[in-house]
Amino acid sequence: MIVLNGERSDLLPGDTLASALERLGLELDARGVAVAVDGEVVPRGRWRSFELAEAARVEVLTAMQGG
Amino acid sequence: MDEPGTSNGAVDVGAAPLRIAGRSLSSRLLLGTGGFPSLELLSEAIALSGTELVTVALRRVEVGASGSLVDVLAAAGVELLPNTAGCHTARDAVMTARLAREAFDTDWIKLEVIGDEDTLLPDAPELLRAAEELVDEGFVVLPYTTDDPVLARRLADLGCAAVMPLGSPIGSGMGIRNPYNISLIREAVEVPVVLDAGVGTASDVTLAMELGCDAVMVASAISRAADPLRMARAMRAAVEAGLLAHRAGRIPRRRYARASSPVEGMAELGLD
Repeated sequence: MIVLNGERSDLLPGDTLASALERLGLELDARGVAVAVDGEVVPRGRWRSFELAEAARVEVLTAMQGG
Repeated sequence: MDEPGTSNGAVDVGAAPLRIAGRSLSSRLLLGTGGFPSLELLSEAIALSGTELVTVALRRVEVGASGSLVDVLAAAGVELLPNTAGCHTARDAVMTARLAREAFDTDWIKLEVIGDEDTLLPDAPELLRAAEELVDEGFVVLPYTTDDPVLARRLADLGCAAVMPLGSPIGSGMGIRNPYNISLIREAVEVPVVLDAGVGTASDVTLAMELGCDAVMVASAISRAADPLRMARAMRAAVEAGLLAHRAGRIPRRRYARASSPVEGMAELGLD
């Protein structure tokens, strides 16, 4: 099971980060977004091709009011 | 000193712009974006405060979240200062900084590593660890720190671009509890000192500048004021007043009065 922002998702092994972003309503060119998979930053340039493994933990983050 | 004058409704304080890591800032007020009830209000407060640098936090994307903070801030023409708010370990803070660099295309990071939930005071050992690693990775590190001059010096020695000592706990509005330490920090480090946290009202900001701080960071005191826009304007004036007063040089405190009217030339009115 692939976890997206802390919740179980319907993503499957082999799906790309582009699919993960799509689940969140984001385009590949979304501004102010960063992605980590299993605790490592995945640079924007790799989102389209990055394939998710079984049990991947995906975090998709953006700016929120704070500080 | 240069001639004080006015332009754009702001006092020209005749000071060179604040420089942090090679970036020039003509406003010495940093604004936190937390606590504003709407992006519209935030946008207006940015304009009234005159700030050029605002903090943002990094959080999970929410599906269908309304309005984009980054778009609003881009439209306001301010630079982003991402923070590591909510991080309790050096490891989390470093990871958050890397994500922020990726998200916002900036090497600047306001480093916060919290050691206690009730006071939100910094965890000094974790803070030093994170600062060292982030400086090594090329970040421009602005650490939120206690008002301890020794810790501030350690952070500066590690290569932090500024230090951000607290006046009192975040959001407490208790102002500057230890002004002596803040002035000691100003003497202890070469890098800019930005008072961060605890500001309750305009006089706290003025005091920080009078103590020699190079800038002040304000969030809740504006966003949670009864009238945030009026307070945003007040804070701008407060920074300017404090900077001017600091440059002007205050009179020494005395235990007894010193007459401001001449003592010579008094009339003898013969009433005794």
